[in-house]
Amino acid sequence: MADRMYVIIAGAGKVGWNLARELLEKGHEVTLIEENRDRYATVEQELEHNIQYGDASELWVLERAGIERADMVIAVTGDDEDNMLICQVAKEKYGVERIIARVNNPRNREHFDLLGVSPVVSATDLILRLIEHEVPEYGLVHLLDLAEERLEIIEMLLADDAPAAGKRVGDLDLPAGTLLISVLRDREGFVPTADTVLQAGDEILAVLDPKLEEDLTAYFGPAGERR
Amino acid sequence: MFILIVGVGRVGASLARTMLREGHEVSCLDEDPESHARLEIGLEKPWEDLGGQFTVGTGLEIEALRAAGIERADAFVASTDGDNTNIVIAQIAKRRFGVPTVIARVLDPFRAEWYEAQGVHTICPTRVAIDMLEQEVRAAAKRAAGIAPPEGPVDFEHDEV
Repeated sequence: MADRMYVIIAGAGKVGWNLARELLEKGHEVTLIEENRDRYATVEQELEHNIQYGDASELWVLERAGIERADMVIAVTGDDEDNMLICQVAKEKYGVERIIARVNNPRNREHFDLLGVSPVVSATDLILRLIEHEVPEYGLVHLLDLAEERLEIIEMLLADDAPAAGKRVGDLDLPAGTLLISVLRDREGFVPTADTVLQAGDEILAVLDPKLEEDLTAYFGPAGERR
Repeated sequence: MFILIVGVGRVGASLARTMLREGHEVSCLDEDPESHARLEIGLEKPWEDLGGQFTVGTGLEIEALRAAGIERADAFVASTDGDNTNIVIAQIAKRRFGVPTVIARVLDPFRAEWYEAQGVHTICPTRVAIDMLEQEVRAAAKRAAGIAPPEGPVDFEHDEV
């Protein structure tokens, strides 16, 4: 790792503790903040001065931890409201440039967005994503979300009776804002052109505006099957 | 007007009763169904019979907020027992639903002060208590120094000699 960063981590649960340990090993400066006295005492035996006792949503606790000079604040407590508040305060009051928040309940993700707290990490979402990858629903897998660009990269398996099967890419008249970037056929990948004729069983990567997902599955999913 | 109160503790319940009595439409949201009983303390009739509304759910659940009527709320009060919850749901009410008047109860004076400056209207009971105590102690100090009468405030008219 390049520069040595000063990272404040709120919450010394399993995630926070392991994160602190890894970052310390990489040579960064870390302060972990934990409000549970017993948990603090346990972790303090290993991390010593790298952990402080207190409620990280209290401004003086953050200030005592030196938030003014922090390069990054990571909020990984088990409470979403706490994580939102800690990151909002870090960013807006103390001007911390990089924040990362943990989302415990995926339904709260929209609230993090509303408060301008991003990026967020949700274990539930990550596992759901993995399940989706293993068991694709409607043959569509999310590979990458480019949140700022409002784009995503997806992988689709061209269904046997999909409207696009047997057609030239140029004749598909795909919605504006979508682009096919690669085709994997018989274990061989290539970049499709307008003349490429798609075949059932092709694995297609596409970059698109997330809003157009349903439009696109209308071309590549099984005929007549719409959510 | 239509008032939505999230968090039916002592403060929320008392405010809800008063506002209902003063002729407003009041809807309460609390995650604990048992808090409904607190609403009815001292009431002659059930809360609903008097026109009150009660919904079980949290202020982070959009569906619960909708069921409690947030979309037509003129005022929103966040009075749960969690400062951070109140600050977050007040911002949801304001930014997402555009409720005209939003007030959050925040016990921590520092957080209350900062969010107030950011445009989230906060009421800080701790601040009020601190101010009152400071006044009382200052008055006591003056009395001790002989500047003020020994017992204050003194009601001369009704003072029995």
